[in-house]
Amino acid sequence: MEVLFSLAIDTVLWSRLLTGLTLTFHVIFATVGVGIPLMISIAEFIGIRKRDKHYSLMAKRWTRGFIISVAVGVVTGTAIALQLAIVWPNFMQMAGNVIALPLFMEVFAFFFEAIFLGIYLYTWDRFRNPYIHWLLTLPIVAGATMSAFFITTVNGFMNQPEGFLLEAGQFTAVNPLQAMFNTATPSKVFHVLSSAYLTGAALLAGIAAFSILKKGPTVYAKKALKLMMSVVLIFSILTALAGDISAKFLAEHQPEKLAAAEWHFETEKGADLILLGWLNAEREVVGALRIPKALSFLAFGDFNSEVTGLDEFPLDEQPPLIVHYLFDLMAGTGFMLLAISVLYFVFVFWKKRDEFNRWLLRGIVLTTPLAFLGVELGWFYAEIGRQPWMIRGYMRVEEAATSSPSVRILFFVFLLLYIVLGTLCVLVLRRLFRNRSVEAELEKAAKAKQVRLEEKGEPV
Amino acid sequence: MINYELVGISVLWLFLYGYLIVASIDFGAGFFAFYAKATKQDHLINRLISRYLSPVWEITNVFFVFFLIGIIGFFPSTAYYYGSSLIVPGSIAVVLLAIRGSFYAFENYGSKKSLIYLFLYGATGLLIPASLSVALTVSEGGFIIENGGVVSLKYWTLLTSPLSWSIVGLSVVSVLFISGAFLSFYAARANDQPALKLLRTFALFWSTPTIIAAFTAIIYLSVHNERHFNNMMDLWWLLALSVGFFLVAIWLLYKGQRYGLAFMCIMLQFLCAFFAYGIGQYPYILDPYITIQEGATQEAMGIALVSAFIGGLLLLIPSLILVFRLFLFDADYVKGNK
Repeated sequence: MEVLFSLAIDTVLWSRLLTGLTLTFHVIFATVGVGIPLMISIAEFIGIRKRDKHYSLMAKRWTRGFIISVAVGVVTGTAIALQLAIVWPNFMQMAGNVIALPLFMEVFAFFFEAIFLGIYLYTWDRFRNPYIHWLLTLPIVAGATMSAFFITTVNGFMNQPEGFLLEAGQFTAVNPLQAMFNTATPSKVFHVLSSAYLTGAALLAGIAAFSILKKGPTVYAKKALKLMMSVVLIFSILTALAGDISAKFLAEHQPEKLAAAEWHFETEKGADLILLGWLNAEREVVGALRIPKALSFLAFGDFNSEVTGLDEFPLDEQPPLIVHYLFDLMAGTGFMLLAISVLYFVFVFWKKRDEFNRWLLRGIVLTTPLAFLGVELGWFYAEIGRQPWMIRGYMRVEEAATSSPSVRILFFVFLLLYIVLGTLCVLVLRRLFRNRSVEAELEKAAKAKQVRLEEKGEPV
Repeated sequence: MINYELVGISVLWLFLYGYLIVASIDFGAGFFAFYAKATKQDHLINRLISRYLSPVWEITNVFFVFFLIGIIGFFPSTAYYYGSSLIVPGSIAVVLLAIRGSFYAFENYGSKKSLIYLFLYGATGLLIPASLSVALTVSEGGFIIENGGVVSLKYWTLLTSPLSWSIVGLSVVSVLFISGAFLSFYAARANDQPALKLLRTFALFWSTPTIIAAFTAIIYLSVHNERHFNNMMDLWWLLALSVGFFLVAIWLLYKGQRYGLAFMCIMLQFLCAFFAYGIGQYPYILDPYITIQEGATQEAMGIALVSAFIGGLLLLIPSLILVFRLFLFDADYVKGNK
């Protein structure tokens, strides 16, 4: 074994760690980048529609915080674009022929979003018709959604490679569209988008609940909470649906990933769903909660269907068994979000209950970290569950990585960079909102409007 | 029919040129902002700079990512050779870009007052072009070795090469020249006389090193890569045109009139020189490992990329025009009334 851990293996490990680190950090900001624009757009629209300055202020304040996270997202996104070639040169050389199109289009979508975000930020109060400014949010929402779509198709391709022939170690007869719209694309895109919107809404709902806990139920915070909790409810239902579709996709097309997630070793009919637990030395599941036949139902919608076991796959093609916990915890966070949002609306509509119950509010505050945790765990599950493959069935991870030993040092350089960026981001966001209360801003806006009206009234 | 790989490389070269212009404005502005603060003239120009740069900084960054993804897409072997060899300079560039990117996010919230942060911002403006220009040097050949499937950079050769230093020098001084000229134009539009006076001095000051560095780089190129040099000399008229535009720009700046035209001339000056350099390198992308024909992606992907590109441009060009109309040519905005 020791011989195997030569320098080459070592650089592969460091390459994986570096990419994992960058993506773990980036996905926080990428999710915010996809989720928040929709919330801003909704709030601004309602604000104009209802002529309610609270909602307009929501859009303004969210945008102000959003732009900070966009900056970090752009920076880490640029790092990933470069790291793709730098850390995985062999992968990009081989797969570039097949996945270049969605990568290219992702940049276009990002370009589009960047342009309109710039315009949106610097044109508040510049148009006479408020709807024109609101219209600018649409290309931002569309751009963010499209870039998530395109980049997810690339990940879909790595899980479910299609649209080419393999001849002498090279991809030939490439069909870019077929590679982009591979079998994994629909379920992945659905799951990624619904969970990003869910996370965006959970973040804003959590902030509103936190502010109510600290300062009591102001009109502004109550409106923000109710609006965002409805979005959380809708998207947590959709995310659960998307998760179910993804599981059915895995059962049919990537059975080893589902089997590893469920510690389902032997192929059998009417397979049980295993929750948590641990493995003993003989690979037997101990201490788990078993739901009879539920895995068969989850996989094929039929309690007696046959689910492929992990033992059907050669040992060196099996994903690490730790993904079981990742899967369970991801699904667990999803259901907790759903439960909390349902509970909130039960409290809202059931007159005997107060929806500003402190324990409920604490639960809502908790949804924010839970949503981000769910996203991270989901991506960990998706990516670690694909091991040992870089391109499933075609290229193993160790064939794809760089051979440069510098990658080990770079890991620490980037770790430091992300720590600094993350800390700065938190500090700036705190400073940004701590000294500007909602009430003071509303007053200031009202005064500015008064001044403008007076200026117009008295032509000089 | 024109080959898709030629369309691809031309488009990419045009985008790299676009990045060169917009990024130069940005990078140079960072240096000027720091310099002005250190010499207590910041009240003159910093508001002007942030007024133009804030809405467009993200766009600048996209130009870079666009070129990066584009070249890997059209020519996948560039990922293998450049990716393997440029792991260190490339990562340095990412870290510098990160420091810089974060500046824009944090600038509205107090960091502008910090001289240290402003120093970092100014320094990255000069270090990023230097680290990125390594890729151009490497493309001339002789700096990369491929040994048993392992590609690596010969650092010592690179660090002791006069060619690499002359390219670094050229990139740094042209950044300052382009930026100074653009900001003069912007100040003139805003009718901000004190800022204009200062920025015009910057532009005029950096013009001489720019032209000297350009000639130095060409001389060292003739020593290092004769083929490339001779090809460029066959395009002497493009180089002559470039010098011509340079002289017109300097004359206009010196006379202190028509700043917009002066900046257009500088853009054309760099366009001519940049394309003479690029066409001279044909057919190589990385001498001698990657040629445009052999390194190109599969035909189906090439055509798909070109179509995506045309579709993307139909979306981008109107949006870019909108940005320019709102922030660059709207006199009221430039003056600070909006």
